[in-house]
Amino acid sequence: MATLYIDNRPYDVKEGKNLLETCLTLGFDLPYFCWHPAMGSVGACRQCAIKIFKDENDTAGRLVMSCMEPVGKETRISLDHPDAEKFRKSVIEWLMTNHPHDCAVCDEGGSCHLQDMTVMTGHNYRRFEFPKRTYVNQYLGPLINHEMNRCIQCYRCVRFYKDYAGGKDLDVYAAHNHVYFGREKDGILESEFSGNLAEICPTGVFTDKTLKQHYSRKWDFTFAPSVCQHCSLGCNIIAGERYGELRQITSRYNGDVNGYFICDRGRFGYEAANSVDRIYQPALKEENVSLNQEYIINDIAALLSTSNCVGIGSPRASLESNFALQQLVGNGNYYSGWSDEEHRLNKAALNILQNRTAEIVSLKQIEQYDSILILGEDLTNTAPMAALTVRQAVRKKPVENAQQNINLATWHDAALREYIQQRHSDLFILHPHSTKLDEIATQVSYSTPHEIAAKGFTIAAAIDATADQVIDQIATSLLNAQKPLIITGTSLFNEPLLAAAEAIVKALKKRGKQPGIFITQADCNSMGLAMMNVPPLSSAFSKLSDSTLIILETDLYRNLSTEKADEIMNLPKRIIVFDHIKSTTSEKADIKVPVGMFSEADGTIVNNEGRAQRFFQVFVPKNEWLKESWRWLSLLKALKDGKAIDENLSISNIQSTLVEALPQFRGIEDAALSEDFRLNGQKVPRAPHRYSGRTAMLSNENVSEPKPPQDIDSPMSFTMEGYRGIPPSSVTPFFWSPGWNSVQSINKFQIEIGGPLHDGNPGVRLVNSNSSITPIDFEQKTEKISLKEFEWQLVPVYHIFGSEELSAKAPAIAELTPKPYLGLNQYSLAKLNLQENDMATIEHHGRAYQLPVRLRAEINNEVALILFGLPQTAFFVKPVIIKIRPASNGITNNNSKHE
Amino acid sequence: MLSIIRSIWLTFLHLFHKTETIQYPEEKVQLRPRYRGRIVLTRDPDNQERCVGCYLCAAACPVDCIALQATENEEGRRYPEFFRINFSRCIFCGFCEEACPTYAIQLIPDFEMAEYDRQNLVYEKEDLLINSQGKYPGYNYYKVAGLDAGVKGKGEGTNEEPPVDRHSLLP
Ligand code: SF4
Ligand code: SF4
Ligand code: SF4
Ligand code: SF4
Ligand code: FES
Repeated sequence: MATLYIDNRPYDVKEGKNLLETCLTLGFDLPYFCWHPAMGSVGACRQCAIKIFKDENDTAGRLVMSCMEPVGKETRISLDHPDAEKFRKSVIEWLMTNHPHDCAVCDEGGSCHLQDMTVMTGHNYRRFEFPKRTYVNQYLGPLINHEMNRCIQCYRCVRFYKDYAGGKDLDVYAAHNHVYFGREKDGILESEFSGNLAEICPTGVFTDKTLKQHYSRKWDFTFAPSVCQHCSLGCNIIAGERYGELRQITSRYNGDVNGYFICDRGRFGYEAANSVDRIYQPALKEENVSLNQEYIINDIAALLSTSNCVGIGSPRASLESNFALQQLVGNGNYYSGWSDEEHRLNKAALNILQNRTAEIVSLKQIEQYDSILILGEDLTNTAPMAALTVRQAVRKKPVENAQQNINLATWHDAALREYIQQRHSDLFILHPHSTKLDEIATQVSYSTPHEIAAKGFTIAAAIDATADQVIDQIATSLLNAQKPLIITGTSLFNEPLLAAAEAIVKALKKRGKQPGIFITQADCNSMGLAMMNVPPLSSAFSKLSDSTLIILETDLYRNLSTEKADEIMNLPKRIIVFDHIKSTTSEKADIKVPVGMFSEADGTIVNNEGRAQRFFQVFVPKNEWLKESWRWLSLLKALKDGKAIDENLSISNIQSTLVEALPQFRGIEDAALSEDFRLNGQKVPRAPHRYSGRTAMLSNENVSEPKPPQDIDSPMSFTMEGYRGIPPSSVTPFFWSPGWNSVQSINKFQIEIGGPLHDGNPGVRLVNSNSSITPIDFEQKTEKISLKEFEWQLVPVYHIFGSEELSAKAPAIAELTPKPYLGLNQYSLAKLNLQENDMATIEHHGRAYQLPVRLRAEINNEVALILFGLPQTAFFVKPVIIKIRPASNGITNNNSKHE
Repeated sequence: MLSIIRSIWLTFLHLFHKTETIQYPEEKVQLRPRYRGRIVLTRDPDNQERCVGCYLCAAACPVDCIALQATENEEGRRYPEFFRINFSRCIFCGFCEEACPTYAIQLIPDFEMAEYDRQNLVYEKEDLLINSQGKYPGYNYYKVAGLDAGVKGKGEGTNEEPPVDRHSLLP
């Protein structure tokens, strides 16, 4: 503890932090541009000037940049000193000499850090009369808009894009007062984290291009705290609605999960909610009957009570919806929608966490580990934010060294990067193909999934060996690390990989280490579904014939081979699908019932580390069908049982039945405050207090304003009325504080800058030490798969854009989705007599498919890569052996078409 | 007693004053140009819509009776896709006009807006947009803004330098 005198008043503060973040932690308003809590200080913008004094007798003091000055044992500073104030005001005035007269047409306006800082310093009149500097803009792809005139040269963008996120294609060009932030030439930004530029840039240079299509000011949104639905990590997001349409996703700070950032799939995938593929109206396959709501619901209820029902749950539906379906069809009739392989993989992932051999590592905690082994997971594309945290983790050791050797504080960003250069702590990647993280890895090797698993067991054995000398480099590194971490996942559909990861952590534990484990999965609620402990689809077969099958928010054709899925779809008498988006399954159903997507629904999902997180409904859609699946299913249950319908069924009602029936979920009620929580007797408003147009937005329909919708599921209101001030973290719909309109207002919501939110980071870890766990038998087979002539082992390649079901429906994401291809190495190409871009004919299950070939030089001879999750590659659902037809000279393979 | 007589006397004197009351509607009232009456959306000197859909008027409106949606044409020019004022709520305070950075929205000296049906007091953009620059002729926002929205190229606006050559390191 140190004492900091600010304008002669003493404060107890932490030593070693910089003065800027200390002042902000204490609640002072001090302007800044280039400093960022996650990226540290470089002292580039000169905006954060304050006076510092030698001792109490020093009255003159000297001007310093508060972001570059550490807190000493006893430091005396002044924020209000006239010199400092004048300096800060002049800095803004200089910045503004070239700033365009753009606020009215600038997407940043209303959430602009530059506007805020200009007001804060008091600069209000332009004295400079000479011409303004101008720039031409660049096309940066469908996600980010570029308007370079507005730049204030703070360097935050390149520091984030290049230094923090490892991007290569955004840089600084030209010199002196002409510096230009952009790409070498026009083109799509390559980084998976480019969307964060919109939040990082304190001005309107980089803005969200998808928002531009339906632009609204920050003050006009209705926001809700939500959780990203596009991978298993469960990053926290803020979802914003205006005029009944989901329009924007921004990151919601959570110090345990995603920190300040989210990936581009999470930020731009939201447009799926407005896509043409949404199901808005119920549809009956045969009769052209009235689609009256009551009629359909009663029809379904009648069906359910006359026939035996089977339910198929979903890893992308909320816990509550899965549970409501389980309740409706009865415990023994409820299945997970996973293939056997996926079922086993997800059970294995859960089992490893539950065994508690290793520390369960949260996304953000990855940054604390100093030797990392990635076993068969292409993080950048399957769990993008984990790749970003791994990039920070590999800096851990060098940063510590810098601290020890030259006493450099962790926030001294430019100096640190200069000192560290390319050094990084150990990162080992074992994967079938090259990944973006390879560039920061100590060692990479490309092999088949089975070989990776085998290598994993070798490492485990090497660690386990009582021999003093461990020869394996990876094993040595893991053993020597303070905190070793194993990252693996289910994306290669290879169970032995998980077994190997488990073996390694066990071995490390035996040698007295505290290893961490991080396992990624496919969907946002994969872990929740695994915890529900329900049998996979294959067990349902015997019950299906003549039944009524209810399929909840899942596409069987993504999880099963077409033949298998067809077989299931042909057995039942009736198939009812509850989903918000069209899929092969929904189009084949007899009855299709539309339900709400995450923006129109409340629910809880469990992320890959077993953290239950609540997402809140953002707005009440006009379409009365768009309600939570659990609401429809509970209604059906009441009808089926002949019970009274509870109009006011709230999420906590269903949660309490849920934890009673499934005690492993005890704690989900605490993932967010319950609906009867009030602050000073008031609800928390979802809309900012300057929300406009209330008495006009619906007046074209009826000049009398309707009663605002009530929220029975949360302590938040759908309007601007309610408590003003900082709400509890789990129900914080947006970040705003007086004088801080931009995202930078997050400073006011944290206990300490960069630390947890005021009443703790939201979310509850459900997987805790549980003695009643029976370890499952892992499939450990790691022998080489024997391949015949012209056979290859098909291995999935994921792409951040396209491989995930929902986000792929967003137009901007669809634009960036790569074309499907078959990746082969030189040897395989030669063997097949194929050239790059030729069409290869794949034979699988007696059908033939055609895909263009791409050379992937790094992969093994036995491996063929295929882009996962695209409609064109849907025949591929798990690693399979395929046969590829060699091209006979001169004759193209076109005897069959892929579907 | 004295005061009553004084009052009667003063009232009597008013008989000989100039009358303020006019025979409306037969006789029309003369209003000053800055009178805050009916709200219009004006056009710029190029006869284009002035409104750039910045939402500032809507935010400034104390009764929240302005709702609009901004959109863009192919050249990047912002304009309102719809612009609605619910005059049954409007209090004619003029805050919107004050907030408008482009002189688009203006209050004019016309108050004859009475309707029998309240619904008819909801004005859409077609009802608001007039073919004139209103009180502030000559101002063209896109000429002074930095944005290239098809009105002028980068560096061609008032008081702008030609665009920077980013491949040059020369001073
Ligand atoms: S960056 Fe901020 S200050 Fe600059 S034009 Fe945009 S809103 Fe205005
Ligand atoms: S583009 Fe934005 S982040 Fe980059 S230097 Fe300019 S103002 Fe700063
Ligand atoms: S990493 Fe996953 S959870 Fe996080 S934003 Fe991206 S897709 Fe969403
Ligand atoms: S303030 Fe002016 S430019 Fe902005 S939306 Fe209103 S009328 Fe249009
Ligand atoms: S924030 Fe301190 S110099 Fe930029």
